[in-house]
Amino acid sequence: MTAGAKTLVEIAGATKRFGPVTAVDVLSLDIRENEFFALLGPSGCGKTTLLRMIAGFEQPDVGRILLDGRDITAVRPNRRPINMMFQSYALFPHLSVYDNIAYGLEMEGVRGAALKQRVDEALAMVRLEEFGRRRPHLLSGGQRQRVALARALIKRPRLLLLDEPLAALDKKLRGQMQLELKRLQHDTGITFLVVTHDQEEALAMADRIALLEAGKIAQLGSPRALYERPASRFVADFIGVMNFFEGRLAALAGGRAEIEVDGLGRLWAETEDLDGAAVGGPVTLAVRPERVRLSVAPAGAAGQNALSGTVVGVAYLGQDLIVHIGLPGQPAPLVARLGSGSHIADDLVEGAAVRCDWPPNDSRILLV
Amino acid sequence: MRHPIERRLLAGHLGLVYLFLYGPILVLIVLSFNKSGLPTAWTGFSLEWYGRMLRNQAILSSVGNTLIVASVSTLIATSIGTLLALGIDRLRPSALLEGIVFVPMIIPDIVLAIALLSFFTLLNVTLGLHSIILSHAVFNIAFVCAVVRTRLRHFDKSIIEASIDLGASEFRTFRRITLPVIFPGVLAGALLAFTLSVDEFIIAYFTSGAGSASTTFPMQIYAMIRFGVTPEINAVATFVLGFSFLLILLSQRLNRGVTP
Repeated sequence: MTAGAKTLVEIAGATKRFGPVTAVDVLSLDIRENEFFALLGPSGCGKTTLLRMIAGFEQPDVGRILLDGRDITAVRPNRRPINMMFQSYALFPHLSVYDNIAYGLEMEGVRGAALKQRVDEALAMVRLEEFGRRRPHLLSGGQRQRVALARALIKRPRLLLLDEPLAALDKKLRGQMQLELKRLQHDTGITFLVVTHDQEEALAMADRIALLEAGKIAQLGSPRALYERPASRFVADFIGVMNFFEGRLAALAGGRAEIEVDGLGRLWAETEDLDGAAVGGPVTLAVRPERVRLSVAPAGAAGQNALSGTVVGVAYLGQDLIVHIGLPGQPAPLVARLGSGSHIADDLVEGAAVRCDWPPNDSRILLV
Repeated sequence: MRHPIERRLLAGHLGLVYLFLYGPILVLIVLSFNKSGLPTAWTGFSLEWYGRMLRNQAILSSVGNTLIVASVSTLIATSIGTLLALGIDRLRPSALLEGIVFVPMIIPDIVLAIALLSFFTLLNVTLGLHSIILSHAVFNIAFVCAVVRTRLRHFDKSIIEASIDLGASEFRTFRRITLPVIFPGVLAGALLAFTLSVDEFIIAYFTSGAGSASTTFPMQIYAMIRFGVTPEINAVATFVLGFSFLLILLSQRLNRGVTP
């Protein structure tokens, strides 16, 4: 992470209600200068409302928004040094690509040769030099998106807001644009705040992610922290695929927890902190599919977190193999992911008996 | 495939329908070029009646009046109708509101004419060209509003926010973004309003007051026709037909054109 420690945007206790719905609920958040920040969450979690409050299109009912330490809550959107790339791109249909990009600078009073130079630079930055005279409707989706980017970046805003920037692109283009956005953020040194519902997108691009749930931050951290150390079942479930085991905390000592799961017996997890966990209380153990090791061995083999089950389904994804394993007493099958080149791949057929296990430090204990 | 005889019968039927619709108009156009003053016999091609039309002071002054009424009422109706369309578009959808706005479009002209006359009399407004202008503006607002709203349906509202986000004021956004984008719709609405005003008779007749000073073109023709249909009237009618046709065509072109 290249981000400095300096705070660029501070959201202080912002709340926004629409009738009976609380879209943003006493939310506080710092965005650092020069970072690529992602607001992630399911639809209706308040991420778009938060973005629109930062842009100035919505006013918080309670709370403040600060930019460089200055309160901008009451500043109108056309007076904020913040620009936005809209989900629909919102290109002006009656203006050429060149005039679309020039618009923001014209509003600042930039004219003549200075204007032309900066628009040409912006066109070059998004590799659209040849397309300046075209109207937006003659461009492809990817080209339109680059026009929208250039138009929002040309004013060199303190903060660039991107509302679902890749949602309208097909999958292959999306991958390219993820890298392109990273490159632009790096080259321009402008802080990017992206709103997305796509966790893969957030993981791939962001320095830090705030995962939102019902107007509150469920967890804030690096992509790795959210994936590997989810703070709650919601986070664990939203980011990637996760296996859950409901049970009771049977013992807790030396950073190691033992969980009693009905029908399966004891499972182990290594934990850093389990404040508020009472022995005997309900907990959830979580393990990622790629951490589960499979072997075709005699059932009932001993070892930590070793379970015997039956293959109930196999999905071939090319590079990987997704295996669903039925376990006694568990409502949902255990999901395991392994390379399709694995030496046991051919043995994993429906009905086959398998042994699964994972090291205790690959599982997490979740209290909520 | 249909049987050949069946197809021929259908084609014949279509021809008859068109003849019924356009026959009278065709006869009118042809007779306007007839040398003879009588509609019973064709005596040769002539532009005489068009010449007479252009020398008739009563017709010329009524055309002048109509152009004044149509231009001014179109200007009023287009400004108010466009703003109305933009305003309604921002509100929550409401069938009642839509209904109220579009009532002047479907209400019978005679009812509107009586209502407007009573209204002007009640307020002691002297009648004349100005009262016709206001009356035409009333129903034309509804038509302009309807046309502009069609345009707004394909209008991505986020471009307004994008303009503000890029530093433009609300007024500048209207002038540089909103108005240019909906302009084909505004122009189409204006042309429609103009056409409707040019050949509107009943409301103008009721709200013009006494005296020939505020006689509009359709009223003049009505006055002339009481002495019988002359080829001069045919010439006038053909002229109006061509003019209206051109305007409507232009209006449709504009509202279709330019991809949103």
